[in-house]
Amino acid sequence: MRKLGAVAATGAVLALALAAWTRQPPLPAQGGAKVTGKIKFVGTKPAMPKIDMTEEPKCKAKYQGVPTDETVVVNANGTLANVFVYVKSGLPASYQAPAPAGPVTLDQDGCRYHPHVLGIQVGQPLAIKNSDGILHNIKAKAKANRPFNISQPSVMTSSKTFDKPEVMVALECNVHGWMHAWLGVLPHPFFSVSGADGSFTLAGLPPGTYTIEAWHEKYGTQTATVTVAGSEAKTADFSFAAK
Amino acid sequence: MVSGLLLLALRATAFPIPHSPIPPQDTTKGKAVYVKWCAGCHGDGGAGDGAAAAHMLPRPRNFTGGLYKIRTTASGQLPTDADLLRAIDDGLPASAMPGWKGRLSDGERRDAVAYIKTFSSFFADTSQHVVPLKFSSPPGGGTGEAALKQGRLFYDSIGCRKCHGDQGRGDGPSAPTLKDDADFPIFAADLHQNWRFRGGGSVEDIYRRLRTGLDGTPMPSFADLIDQKFLTDEELWRLAQYVRSLSPPAPPEVRDVVHAPQIPGTVPVSPDDSAWARVARYWFPLVGQVIHKSRWFAPAVSGVWVQAMHDGKTLALRVSWDDRTESPDTAWLKFEQRILETVAGDDSAPPPPRAEPWPDQLAVQFPRRLPEGSGGMERPYFLMGATTDPVYQWRWTSRPRRALAGLARGIERFDTLASAPAGEAIYEHGEWCLVLTRALATPDTANEVQLEAGRAIPMAFFAWDGSSGEHGSRMAVSTWYFLALDRPTPPSVFISPVLAMLVTLGLGLVVVRRAQRRGAVPSHRNV
Repeated sequence: MRKLGAVAATGAVLALALAAWTRQPPLPAQGGAKVTGKIKFVGTKPAMPKIDMTEEPKCKAKYQGVPTDETVVVNANGTLANVFVYVKSGLPASYQAPAPAGPVTLDQDGCRYHPHVLGIQVGQPLAIKNSDGILHNIKAKAKANRPFNISQPSVMTSSKTFDKPEVMVALECNVHGWMHAWLGVLPHPFFSVSGADGSFTLAGLPPGTYTIEAWHEKYGTQTATVTVAGSEAKTADFSFAAK
Repeated sequence: MVSGLLLLALRATAFPIPHSPIPPQDTTKGKAVYVKWCAGCHGDGGAGDGAAAAHMLPRPRNFTGGLYKIRTTASGQLPTDADLLRAIDDGLPASAMPGWKGRLSDGERRDAVAYIKTFSSFFADTSQHVVPLKFSSPPGGGTGEAALKQGRLFYDSIGCRKCHGDQGRGDGPSAPTLKDDADFPIFAADLHQNWRFRGGGSVEDIYRRLRTGLDGTPMPSFADLIDQKFLTDEELWRLAQYVRSLSPPAPPEVRDVVHAPQIPGTVPVSPDDSAWARVARYWFPLVGQVIHKSRWFAPAVSGVWVQAMHDGKTLALRVSWDDRTESPDTAWLKFEQRILETVAGDDSAPPPPRAEPWPDQLAVQFPRRLPEGSGGMERPYFLMGATTDPVYQWRWTSRPRRALAGLARGIERFDTLASAPAGEAIYEHGEWCLVLTRALATPDTANEVQLEAGRAIPMAFFAWDGSSGEHGSRMAVSTWYFLALDRPTPPSVFISPVLAMLVTLGLGLVVVRRAQRRGAVPSHRNV
């Protein structure tokens, strides 16, 4: 009986080792090429509606003035923030990137999401943090992935992962109808979100010809084709016009 | 080989494949059932866009996303076959979805489940593990005062009131902004009407909805709170019990006759008079007006509670109903617009632009005269009478806050009469309470119903929620019911038994005396 147990245990260890070995992904063909660019904004900056946080004094107190909607954020230098830029296609079919173990954090602070637009890799944990300490619900209106809708009535952090690439997953809070965030889920690490200076960087690209897409929640998408070799750095600028 | 088998065994233990209690299903037969019975609302492609869908709120389920409200699985997970079958078998209360048990055979319903699953690729995705959650049983302590008080604490601390409101009538500050995943407006549930909960109104049902959430709606799952030790399972049960306690112990039974007892003194004119606690209340369901144009398929007021009493001279009628808004309410203007855009009416012209926002309204309807003759139960047309045969109505509006009386000659025409009933109304936490009082007998016997005791007085109700876009023919209606003014109990009813008892006692005493006297005589002789 004990012998049988030992055999089974050895077998199990072997099986686990085998499973681990077969699941080992090939080393990603990480390269040294880089694509950078700026997101220009053309036209008149639209006025964003004010958000009335009277019902949530805790959030309201976190602002000097009246917070406004973040659908369109035009920077001081005339560039557009919150544009999700990513490699849409062009990576070799064999390309595989392991999901980073470290999470991407989405913070609910002042009844707004920080950041408003973010990217994550398939399988990478999304840490959803409630810094407000009041009730938020986080609904992910995923289509390719399974959606979820969970409640966070106090300061707490929940973790979620996404199984499939999806650009973009809409995140929202129904308690505070103005709270929206957008999450891009990709099977690789080549994505970036334009920030306060309107620039983006896609670094570590292997050599190849890529379709790069820039996505904005109001102004839609634009694409550019860029070919990089070795440790080349190339520029791809995008321009969105006011509607 | 051995390690391979072991690997399989290990895998099997890691991911137990849930065995379905339902025998194999036939999607071909399921399609035939679906096309015949389901597609009219749910659409040929299962996208919830059948011919009738545009008139409905809530809309029919869109099957293509594999997203279901009522499940036993975690938030965002696919439902089990049993979950889908339950929705088909029992239907979804307070929606257009009827129960199909008894209308379709067991096999037909199971085949329909199989076919419905083909609309979403998620069901074919083997990486989806459809595992029902394990639900605990309610803890002890049940529905005692302390337990409910604890439940109420959690109702506040986890923010239920944000949408469901302070007293649970779906009137919370976030309620006017709510939309479902298809961007249709959605109401936070009125927790005082558990018989209208889609997933059932028992405490077990409520507890399950708190664990699973209602996918595709703003209602989240609260399961994480247990995992993160913010709440214990028992505390979630307490919350469920508190929510359950807001509704009557059993769904209200619809009875035909409102009995108005005669009370000593004078009738109360205020809705919060303590006298109302002593008379029975009657529930009358209302439905959308879909007979005349423009039709209304999404009535906001699902029914009215009615109480009545009289003092021999005056009738007091108390009508209370749940309404999320004290219309007109600017916070709900956008919601109202969304309702009007979402719920298709008919081919009649859209309502003309209005000068001011619509108020809430309530109408109580009587015939002008009580039906004559012994067996006569002839009543005017229930839907506000007709040109030649008008009805006598009381109409109350929230703004201006007043009650009128008049003759309705169909939905379109209302001729105000000189004398109106007195009306006093209170709006509190999503509920209107209105008391209308009028003299039983009035001089205008030709137009105003004379409220005679001991007669069956036909009575009907109509309600409008202005902030849900209800006005004119877009309203909730009832059919004819009856009001009966009970005659005062004649004093003889109370005195006769006492008299009878006294007489019996007196006679008894006489008999005993006689018997004693008779018995006493011989004994006397003996001495």
